[in-house]
Amino acid sequence: MLKILDSTVITLNVNGEDRKVVAKPSDILLYTLRNELGLTGAKPGCENGDCGACTVLIDDIPIKSCLMLTVEAIGKRILTVEGLKNAPIQKSFVENWGFQCGYCTSGFLMVCHSLSKMHPDADDVTIQDWLQSNICRCTGYQEIEYAIKSILNGGSSDIEGSTF
Amino acid sequence: MEKPKIGVDTKRLEAWDKVTGTAKYNADFITPDTLHAVMLASPYAHAKIKKIDIKKALKSEGVLAVITGEDAPYLTGSMIHDRPPIARDRVRYFGEPVAVVVANTEEQGMKGVSLIDVKYEELPAVNKIKDAIKENPILIHKDLSRYTYAATDIYPKANTNIMDHVKIRKGNMKLGWSESDVVVESTFFLPQSDHIAMETRNSAAQIMHDGTVIINTSTQGPFAVKEELSDIFKIPEGKIIVKTPLVGGAFGGKATIQLEYIAYLASLAVGGKKVLVRNTREEDIMSSPGKLGVEGYVKIGATYDGMIKALECIYYVDCGAYADTAPRMAKSIASDCSGPYNIENIYCDSYSVYTNHGYTTSFRGFGHTASTFCIERILDKLAKKLSMDPSELRIKNAIKENDTSPTQDKITLSNTGDLNACINKLKKLINWEEGTLIENEDGMIKAKGMACLWKTSNSPTDATSGAIITTNSDGSLNLNFGATEIGPGMKTTMAMLLAEKLKMGVEKIHVFMDVNTQVSPMHWKTVASMTTFMVGNAVLKAADDLIKQLKQVGAIALKCQPEDLDVGNEMIYMKTDPSKFVFFKDVVHGYKYENGNAVWGEIIAKGNFIMRQLTPLDKETGKGKSGMSWTVGAQAVEIEYDPRMHTYRLIKAATVMDVGKTINPKTSKGLVMGGMNMGFGLATREEFIHDDDCILQTTSLRTYKVMRFGEQPEYIVDFVETPQMGAPFGARGLAEHGILGIPAAFANAMSLATKEEFDTLPIFPETIYKKKKEVEQ
Repeated sequence: MLKILDSTVITLNVNGEDRKVVAKPSDILLYTLRNELGLTGAKPGCENGDCGACTVLIDDIPIKSCLMLTVEAIGKRILTVEGLKNAPIQKSFVENWGFQCGYCTSGFLMVCHSLSKMHPDADDVTIQDWLQSNICRCTGYQEIEYAIKSILNGGSSDIEGSTF
Repeated sequence: MEKPKIGVDTKRLEAWDKVTGTAKYNADFITPDTLHAVMLASPYAHAKIKKIDIKKALKSEGVLAVITGEDAPYLTGSMIHDRPPIARDRVRYFGEPVAVVVANTEEQGMKGVSLIDVKYEELPAVNKIKDAIKENPILIHKDLSRYTYAATDIYPKANTNIMDHVKIRKGNMKLGWSESDVVVESTFFLPQSDHIAMETRNSAAQIMHDGTVIINTSTQGPFAVKEELSDIFKIPEGKIIVKTPLVGGAFGGKATIQLEYIAYLASLAVGGKKVLVRNTREEDIMSSPGKLGVEGYVKIGATYDGMIKALECIYYVDCGAYADTAPRMAKSIASDCSGPYNIENIYCDSYSVYTNHGYTTSFRGFGHTASTFCIERILDKLAKKLSMDPSELRIKNAIKENDTSPTQDKITLSNTGDLNACINKLKKLINWEEGTLIENEDGMIKAKGMACLWKTSNSPTDATSGAIITTNSDGSLNLNFGATEIGPGMKTTMAMLLAEKLKMGVEKIHVFMDVNTQVSPMHWKTVASMTTFMVGNAVLKAADDLIKQLKQVGAIALKCQPEDLDVGNEMIYMKTDPSKFVFFKDVVHGYKYENGNAVWGEIIAKGNFIMRQLTPLDKETGKGKSGMSWTVGAQAVEIEYDPRMHTYRLIKAATVMDVGKTINPKTSKGLVMGGMNMGFGLATREEFIHDDDCILQTTSLRTYKVMRFGEQPEYIVDFVETPQMGAPFGARGLAEHGILGIPAAFANAMSLATKEEFDTLPIFPETIYKKKKEVEQ
């Protein structure tokens, strides 16, 4: 069993690479990613698990990195927005005007990316279930809805109405 | 020839930065030499500070300094100098900063804060507007009449909690009422709430050896930060440099100065080292300023055929514990109190009131959401009394050429647009004619509500902007201006304007994405939906300057007169024979003759803009000019109400706005939809709730609810284009306006569906249930 009492060098697997970081037992993953590795794509928005701006994927599942201790991530695969390499959702967000200020975007991208992998045929209820974890304050969510739907099976032709 | 840029969907320049995590916001620039300031917040809404013991905190590991109000004998405020950056002697709202710990790490700072011991003597708090304005109230600012003022047109009443009173006196009220066959009156209430920009406010300060102050901050107004820091701390403006990268949402909440003061004081306390202060979400909600609350009383009179003859309104604006920009919003409410309608006789009092709630600052719509709610609700009540279709009543009274505004400003088609065209287009989009109230066989009730909107800028009368263009040897251009990128894509809009003017590709315009007050030309503030208008005009002027210079140097290269030339596709060419040309790249850094001699040097172009003909409002009549133009529009909401459960579903919402000219259609629609979504937040859930001791209860995103994915209705946005003279390609402001009419249109639909009157926001299913119960009893 791993026992950490104070600042200790540990290894995290981030975006496909093993990275050594210094962490205290109380450090949250969001802090380590930003302050130790300079991966500032994950944003602090509430540091309370309410807004989703800090979402990363842990073994492919969206996790709010403000609610996870750094040491809990040892031995797991961490994927941050910086690790997305031309994922369809990135292009889809750009093409559907899925953001304005961009602060919530990393978190939304991670949730959508995971959703598209785990439920490529997701219906509206499933999409809503997944995306309600995050807050966007700039858009009307309609653009984000188009962005996610255009990368799920069935594509954008399913989207009805609207002049957008 | 290059294709047109204006009116063509153009992706924001920084789009890929924002989907790859490379877009940097202020608190993303993490450096090991940065110290952290952490605030201690007041647990009381109103109390005397008897004693602050910082000894233990100072001994705590990593703590370098602790500062309290005693170390900062300053009073700040953009209107009234009434707010100490750190509370002194007393606290006036729950969450007010009382002490600041500077430490090596944020964690050590938090530990230090927990070791500060403050002794308070609790005072009774003013928790309601009615308690603030009653006879012999508890005074929140005993020194109100002794404060100094940053504005000249502000009229506080000594020994009261009223910090300002704006009056509108237009026409003849006696005549107006005598001409009215029908009179309707009501009171309305909109609670205080919050901006909830996803990036919480944060600022860093560093003081260099020569006294130069460097502020890195998430703000809408880097130049205002410079100005006010200079004013308060008596630092020459030239010695202050403010830098702002991308901003993670603002909505008015980052247009004022708060954490910048604290960051500066914190840096001063540790010998000028770089100190960052970053709000937690809780601090962003409770300690930093929010959105004003409004209580409105409105009385309206009309003839039987629906011509409005008189309007009387009294507004009490809950500004909270300090003035900040709130009196300007009370003024803005008064200035546009008629809504976009022609009313000849108007009497309006708008009072800015202190309470022991959190203080407030500009918020999307600048007070107009409140006035729109009141006027659009009363219009529906009037329509009901007249048995008239609400849309007809609005069409009949819509403001048009040669009418006057409440401040007696002359209305032209150019300075407002075509409201009736908006209403008519809206009615088609929302299928108004099928009926506004439809009961389905399953018992569900479908209802539609409408609201119109208008808003002007309410800027200072001398608000100014600038733009600078420099050139690259590949023929591309660099564009630099002082508006921050807070989300609406203004950097992209400006690139589009310049590209259109130069007839070249947008991708060849490189915009300086940050703002650095030492490098960027001044822009008043990125607020009031004024960036396209103000900075756009400066950019177009700079483009003219650039073209003039290009033609001058081109004339040398082509051995002709500048007037013989035109520009396009990064070339300067002969009008009569475009095959005779020089490329930009060969002249922008000077023209070199064959023998090696050279002339001219780098082409650097500039443009500026200042607001025209604006005046403050007359103290007694409100006569004056608050903005150069309005944007008008119409909005509708369709809901489905379940009369058994008193729940509702948002089905559809539409906006048609006269934007003059759509510069970047998808971006414009996105801005309007975002505004509408925020409007639904205000309509259905967002509010500050204070307990009996005036303690804010909604301090996290768990207790303060915002719209989430999937709760939004289907959004439909469309535009009417009546150009505004003197605006870039005729374009009006539109960034705030989507929010304005949504709460009113929603409340109108709910009132219709439930057959009850909803005049208070937000409207929860529980509110409907209670109202129904009340009526039953």
